[in-house]
Amino acid sequence: MAPKKTTANTASKANVSKDELLTYYKDMLLIRRFEEKAGQLYGMGLIGGFCHLYIGQEAVVVGLEAATKEGDKRITSYRDHGHMLACGMDPNGVMAELTGREGGYSKGKGGSMHMFSKEKHFYGGHGIVGAQVPLGAGLAFSDKYKGNDNVTFAYFGDGAANQGQVYETYNMAQLWDLPVIFVIENNQYAMGTSVQRSTKSPSLWERGAAYGIAGEEVDGMDVLAVKEASEKAVAHCRAGKGPYILEVKTYRYRGHSMSDPAKYRSREEVQKMREERDPIEAIRSLLLTGNHATEDDLKAIDKEIKTVVNASAEFAKESPEPALEELWTDIYA
Amino acid sequence: MAIELLMPALSPTMEEGTLAKWLVKEGDTISSGDIIAEIETDKATMEFEAVDEGIMGKILVAEGTEGVKVNEAIAIMVEEGEDASNLSASAPAATAPAEAAPVEAAAAPAAAAAPASAPTPVEPDYPEGTELKSTTVREALRDAMSEEMRKDDTVFLMGEEVAEYQGAYKISQGMLDEFGAKRVIDTPITEHGFAGIATGASFGGLRPIVEFMTFNFAMQAIDHLINSAAKTLYMSGGQMGAPMVFRGANGAAARVGAQHSQCYAAWYMQVPGLKVVMPYSAADAKGLMKTAIRDDNPVIFLENEIMYGKSFDVPVMDDFTIPFGKAKIERAGDDVTIVSFGIGVGYALEAAEKLAEEGIAAEVINLRTLRPMDTETVLASVRKTNRCVTVEEGWPQGSVGGYVSNVIMQEAFDYLDAPVINCTGKDVPMPYAANLEKHALITIDEIVDAVKSVTYR
Repeated sequence: MAPKKTTANTASKANVSKDELLTYYKDMLLIRRFEEKAGQLYGMGLIGGFCHLYIGQEAVVVGLEAATKEGDKRITSYRDHGHMLACGMDPNGVMAELTGREGGYSKGKGGSMHMFSKEKHFYGGHGIVGAQVPLGAGLAFSDKYKGNDNVTFAYFGDGAANQGQVYETYNMAQLWDLPVIFVIENNQYAMGTSVQRSTKSPSLWERGAAYGIAGEEVDGMDVLAVKEASEKAVAHCRAGKGPYILEVKTYRYRGHSMSDPAKYRSREEVQKMREERDPIEAIRSLLLTGNHATEDDLKAIDKEIKTVVNASAEFAKESPEPALEELWTDIYA
Repeated sequence: MAIELLMPALSPTMEEGTLAKWLVKEGDTISSGDIIAEIETDKATMEFEAVDEGIMGKILVAEGTEGVKVNEAIAIMVEEGEDASNLSASAPAATAPAEAAPVEAAAAPAAAAAPASAPTPVEPDYPEGTELKSTTVREALRDAMSEEMRKDDTVFLMGEEVAEYQGAYKISQGMLDEFGAKRVIDTPITEHGFAGIATGASFGGLRPIVEFMTFNFAMQAIDHLINSAAKTLYMSGGQMGAPMVFRGANGAAARVGAQHSQCYAAWYMQVPGLKVVMPYSAADAKGLMKTAIRDDNPVIFLENEIMYGKSFDVPVMDDFTIPFGKAKIERAGDDVTIVSFGIGVGYALEAAEKLAEEGIAAEVINLRTLRPMDTETVLASVRKTNRCVTVEEGWPQGSVGGYVSNVIMQEAFDYLDAPVINCTGKDVPMPYAANLEKHALITIDEIVDAVKSVTYR
């Protein structure tokens, strides 16, 4: 095992097709616009409780999903809206769950942090930091037990990376060669605590070496780099070589949740990221400079996405609240 | 001077064992540390080492002898030149060195747990005339798991020492041989991690059985039992849940102190989404375990180390199951209702026997499942007897008995002729000292006194 860094440079990705670029652009833009709308609805009191937005991190899930096939599974934390949209879940059902309505994926009983789709193999949506890591390894265990070549993506943040259960899981995942990709979405802040203030480890993925797990660091603001790393990790798992770790360096533009004033970092830091590293802008610029799309083409895409997102907001407002009888259902199978 | 060798206690709950083999013969010179015999406990075959030097004077218990009581003299060692020809064993109790105390403590709850004579099941769990076979709780649990694993490929067993070691308490004995390492899986000592992995595997369509060596260690994993396993069906709007069993020894064993002696029945009973089972007999263990494995929900299956070695009649049937939510009337009576579950049922039955001698007819109800709880059977009995005592090993505050009392108060208040009394373990962490431990647990006398109090005798 020789883990190494992937140093990706967007400009060098000459072998990416126009269609691929357009797909990534659309998928990332959908997440961003959806999250902006969710932020608005939260402000209007239509979404309650905790709501953790994914804005800034779009390239992570879109890039990783680019290497998946039917049957692959994914599980993540409470910052989960992007993952659901990226794996093809219906924006209407996701938004209606955020508003706690009958049309939501969990009939309004799960909320922002707890959503699932058996059909899309999305296993939540987990509100306890780190819990999804062994759960994800368990999903991979079930596929290995059944003898298929499906892979599970277990996403967690730099904060969860310090949880003990993550390392218990690393140990067993490698011991049993489980086909699980541990995706550390390192957005540099565990709520208000920066990585530097929570660990002296220079990198998080390298901790896997203690268990013999291969891995690498990936530029999470570059969807093409993420996709390339995902393909490599997926190939490793499908070949029966056991787990793989991807530490995807990313950045969230918004606060930890809607009620976080984000005083732990400077406005300039956020601004610099948005201006210099924005993943959507990067693809937009590739599309334009490569003459794959015109400004008008992109405007049309923006409009199309706005329509989808607005429709989801409408659906989420119009869908009725769950019937009171729902209080008592789905407790036991 | 001659030294008596006593049958050693080789586990916290051992009361007797088989002297499997002598590795020395009379006249052999023995050094300290020599292995002189092999002794079979209910869990394992252990080597017995000599502590003192000397010559094997006389072997008092022949190899192959079963049921040798702990502390019984099994051989006598002599010094060189000493005559061994007319040696015999002295009375066992008096010799008591450091080992005597644990034996006494271990014997106390175990004796209480013995099945009372002639229980009167009101509704039998199997047809009359069914052949019965004496089976230990340990074997019943293994048989239940094995039968279900033969039937359903998605069922597997995971836990510490379940495979190659054959189970820390030998519950999974032989299962690795039959089902292979794919389905009987040894884990590292990482409860939090493997409880999460098993729960994830259940989301993925398998039906895991997770063995916790004891439920004390499940505290490391309790987040997955409650937040991941119990709540997912609800949080997903019914899309996916956790069809699985978490099982293992629960409650006080013997002389293992505060961190290893706790009853979690009341804790888990509180959680919607979980089903909670606590068998008493081997038949309970078998029938309820098979139901637990087939259930589509997470089931907490609370066993008891002291009960593992106890034998009970189990019906010989192709597919013996006991439904959840159905209490068993272990003994019928008109004067008072005693409600218990798990090992407490044994205490209740023993108390009922004593009470019968004094002309008090107690009805003993074995709840068997705590969630769902068959409160109807309890209420029907209380409406008949007008008095109730609950018995459990757990702590008093927030106890199972407290909940039962509340249900009785709400549903049958007018029928009560006396306040319900909850007999529980004492409100203290479990002490180690033999006398204190005995005092911390419920006693038969306490139950008898409680019944006398509610019957105003």
